[in-house]
Amino acid sequence: MSNSLAQLFAKCKSENRAALIGYLPAGFPTQRSAKKIVKEMIAGGVDAIEIGYPYSDPVMDGPVIQAASEQALSNGAGAAEVFELLASSVQLGAPSLVMSYWSPIEKYGIEKFAKAMNDAGGSGVITPDLTIEESAAWKSVCANNKLDRVYVVAPSSSDSRLPLVTEQCSGFIYAASLMGVTGTRDSVSGNASGLVARIRKNSALPVAVGLGVSTKEQAREVAAYADGVIVGSAFIKIIQKHGAGRKGLKKVKELARELSEGVRNVK
Amino acid sequence: MTLQENQSTLLGHFGPYGGRFVPEALIAALDELAAAHESALQDPKFQEELTQLHKTYTGRPSIITEAKRFAEYAGGARILLKREDLNHTGSHKINNVLGQALLTKRMGKKRIIAETGAGQHGVASATAAALFGLECVVYMGEADTKRQALNVARMKLLGAEVVPVTQGSKTLKDAINEAMRDWVTNVADTHYLLGTVAGPHPFPTIVRDFQRIIGVEARAQVLELTGKLPDAVLACVGGGSNAIGIFHPFIDDKAVRLIGLEAGGSGIETGKHAATISGGTPGVLHGTRSYVLQDKDGQTVESHSISAGLDYPGVGPEHAYLNDIGRAEYRAVNDDKAMYAFSLLCKTEGIIPAIETAHALAGALEVGNELGKDATILINLSGRGDKDVQTAAEYFGLAL
Repeated sequence: MSNSLAQLFAKCKSENRAALIGYLPAGFPTQRSAKKIVKEMIAGGVDAIEIGYPYSDPVMDGPVIQAASEQALSNGAGAAEVFELLASSVQLGAPSLVMSYWSPIEKYGIEKFAKAMNDAGGSGVITPDLTIEESAAWKSVCANNKLDRVYVVAPSSSDSRLPLVTEQCSGFIYAASLMGVTGTRDSVSGNASGLVARIRKNSALPVAVGLGVSTKEQAREVAAYADGVIVGSAFIKIIQKHGAGRKGLKKVKELARELSEGVRNVK
Repeated sequence: MTLQENQSTLLGHFGPYGGRFVPEALIAALDELAAAHESALQDPKFQEELTQLHKTYTGRPSIITEAKRFAEYAGGARILLKREDLNHTGSHKINNVLGQALLTKRMGKKRIIAETGAGQHGVASATAAALFGLECVVYMGEADTKRQALNVARMKLLGAEVVPVTQGSKTLKDAINEAMRDWVTNVADTHYLLGTVAGPHPFPTIVRDFQRIIGVEARAQVLELTGKLPDAVLACVGGGSNAIGIFHPFIDDKAVRLIGLEAGGSGIETGKHAATISGGTPGVLHGTRSYVLQDKDGQTVESHSISAGLDYPGVGPEHAYLNDIGRAEYRAVNDDKAMYAFSLLCKTEGIIPAIETAHALAGALEVGNELGKDATILINLSGRGDKDVQTAAEYFGLAL
């Protein structure tokens, strides 16, 4: 596990809380604004940052992140923006990862991608559509470059399948709270706590829960059983509604603060 | 077969292509589907039920028509048309759909979802849903709902819900994205009835197995008619299901050339085309590794074709493999050549083909002239052109 992620989860554990992980696609709404948004997220209490690599065919994403990705792509966002935003997030002191569909990583070259991650100070890569069966080359490249490999598991993962995936993870395990795509939901699915319990039977790694978390109450609910709470669409929705000017940035920071209160004192 | 090869087959690889690049949420469903297909292959009752359906509902075996007047324009070569256009619903798509609908029943699922470009697969899916009493939702790019309005109406008449997809390029690629999102959400009671030999394992294998009947019948029919195997077998290639269906039973017949015709759009050199193998590079799209039209960042590039059914920036992984090992060859046919062949078949044989199929016919004009009058060319006439009347009328400037 990368030092910074390990330290973060250890620190959170000692503080009796879950880590708050915030997601933002590179280049959204512009690269300049993205840097400011990440800064506000961290200032408000987000512990770790996931930089999304905008992709043309994001099958795991709901309408909010789809629209954000399309906007970022139309601004010309690509690998350069991903690594630049990653580096700026790391410089602000937050352990930072990249979340990317497999196509851009493979096209970039997996060795080169891992090196660029290292150069930017990134901790690891979340790959939502890379199956463990297709991971052989990626596994050795990440090991050589000391990058964490984070796979996303789902409530539909069988008891026999689950340990096969979690044993391939390092850093943490990303548990999808429900069967569906990213986006804000009125309630967090009851499947999530059951999935986390099933993961813990086989793995000692921290477990972070994502998909559908957008409010302080939901963060509190998830933090009671998970080691990390991942929030993406809720931040993006603020920018889509209020823009990335002073008002939008202020609201991003407010949401980060509320969520970070949610993940505290729950254990 | 070595253990490694066996393992690779289990994961659906064709050389370096195929496999599974999907969210973990779908793995259980893909495993369930692969198991259902495996057991169905071994089950004589399943095979008998499908055979009966094809006999009494699809109208199989489809006939072979010799196109003598058309052949005059193809270097005098003997031209044989495998008439998949005469199937119920008007194309080869029904072969796969009935097979997968039976698998859906076998898995105990009550709802099917499908993507469609030209609407042929959507119509076939809606038809099977009506026949088996399944709920059916078809995702179709908004741009395609406009250029294939007749098929949208057909699907609705058959009781299906048609969802226009407004994201991205608003065509087949985006319809597949939206169908995948639906499937991730509703996988417990829903089967994704994928219409082509692309997507994650086991789809390329399942769809091929259900489409092989085209080649199995055609091979026997040509042998009976001519006393020998054809010199070349031609089919149009979008995702590649009708092509793999007719190619596959000929793969071991090394002397038979297998030629896939891709949509060259305005010409490969213009960048506005859908010729994935001729003009693309290896990459990952929609759950499989194959040739893809993508930019240097791995972002999918929009495809262009006058034919909605070929307008797709990916292609089945088995075609990618057959190309690389040299067993099949792939050529691009641009819009104008396809439309010339479309018109020629109408006027020489009294058959209005689908514009997709017209790409294979244009290929036959070229290949026939290369091989000469002693050659026999088998063409998969994959679909009929009723749905394309509007597009063709606009192209030829006919007043409606």
